[in-house]
Amino acid sequence: MNLFLDAFAWIFSPDRLTGSSVPLPLAIWQHLAFTFGSVAIAALIAIPLGWLIGHTGRGREIAVALSGAARALPSLGLLLLLVLVIGVVHKTEAAVISFVLLAIPSILAGAYAGFEAIDRAVIDAGRAVGMTPWQVLWKIEVPLGLPLLIGGLRSATLQVVATVTIAAYAGLGGLGFYFLQGIQLNRFDQVLGASLVVVALALFLDGLFALLQRLVVPRGVTGRARAEGRTPYLRPQKTADATGSTA
Amino acid sequence: MTWVLDNLDLIWELTLEHLRQSIIPIVLSFVIALPIGWAAWRYTPFRGAALTTIGLLYTIPSLGLFGLLGAFGIPFLSEINLIIALTVYGVAIMTRSVADGLDSIDPAVRASAVAVGYGPWRRFWAVDFPLSGPVLLAGLRVTATSTISLATVGILIGVQNLGYLFTNGYQRRIVEEVLSGVVAVVVIALVIDLALVLLGRALMPWLPRRRESRAVTRRVLAEATA
Repeated sequence: MNLFLDAFAWIFSPDRLTGSSVPLPLAIWQHLAFTFGSVAIAALIAIPLGWLIGHTGRGREIAVALSGAARALPSLGLLLLLVLVIGVVHKTEAAVISFVLLAIPSILAGAYAGFEAIDRAVIDAGRAVGMTPWQVLWKIEVPLGLPLLIGGLRSATLQVVATVTIAAYAGLGGLGFYFLQGIQLNRFDQVLGASLVVVALALFLDGLFALLQRLVVPRGVTGRARAEGRTPYLRPQKTADATGSTA
Repeated sequence: MTWVLDNLDLIWELTLEHLRQSIIPIVLSFVIALPIGWAAWRYTPFRGAALTTIGLLYTIPSLGLFGLLGAFGIPFLSEINLIIALTVYGVAIMTRSVADGLDSIDPAVRASAVAVGYGPWRRFWAVDFPLSGPVLLAGLRVTATSTISLATVGILIGVQNLGYLFTNGYQRRIVEEVLSGVVAVVVIALVIDLALVLLGRALMPWLPRRRESRAVTRRVLAEATA
């Protein structure tokens, strides 16, 4: 347990604010700025695209193939490759591009899956009462698809938080800096302290998104998904829609 | 291409190391997730707690997890640390797949097995396990791909694998070296994925071909939005 005490001592030491190294609040700020900046850019690209795929039903293979392929792409490799190709002088831009590329697939999948999970009967009902396609989109598909979209944003954010940590290797600051410096200085209190801060940050953001995901469920549908009866031994088969148990 | 041709031996050696470091956690996470996923599916009160805890493990950034494992007595700058961390992530993905796979079985089938006299143990291995096969395989494919790509982070805690090409290439400013590392990782991931598909076809010859891609689609979307 001493290790943890040392790590907390490192985190709360006055040196974290005034010492010769980067102040901890600044590193946290850099980390958050990189994360939210990149996720926001990725969202601007991926949400309209995902909605388009979900609304028209065209190109869904692309959305799925993309999120599958993105898993195979090593983030450290992509990051360092882009920094080398674009130029070390522009490493911030290069890093942001790689974060955006890594965030797009999850958001795209979330936007698309949110639409896909909607019962066709609901959309037909919308048409039947005379809604235009535009109204169907904004009044039915977008609000009903929101929880899964937030889910996509959630995993994209966590993916980027983890990648920003790694990006310290290319000298981009953020919380990974202390981690890598701690290894070089052979100071495990610093390594563990940095780890704890990163983990806390990730868990905090995850909790925030979990909360948001609950809040955006339209009032008319709350309880529906949760209330599916679950008997412990023989339970009814789930309706076989495309995304099943994603919530 | 000259760099690649001059260093084929190095790339091959690192590829083998990489495979060894990835396959161990892939196998371990399957073996560990099976009982946990089953328990989560079987005991409803346990399900929420187990799946939440596992979801939280998955949110931990890899560098953070290395540090935490180091604090729990695992040699920090070591291959064991990497393999355990990768196993933790693998278990996180697989447990959900196991629970979902067991969910996907028609209860009538299970009831028939009970009716003709299968005990719980035999029923699991003869009915539940093979029938949840497609979902398990889909989960295993996602696990394998992400384990192989994530393993490269090991180089930051001094573990040599294909990640070495990233950091070494970066320090020496050789674009080709970094690129060859990225390509090698993607190729290995695709090869292992294909191997798993073929293994699935060999073990589950009764499945129509279409279903496996549907199961993977569902898995990929589930992981992306979970």
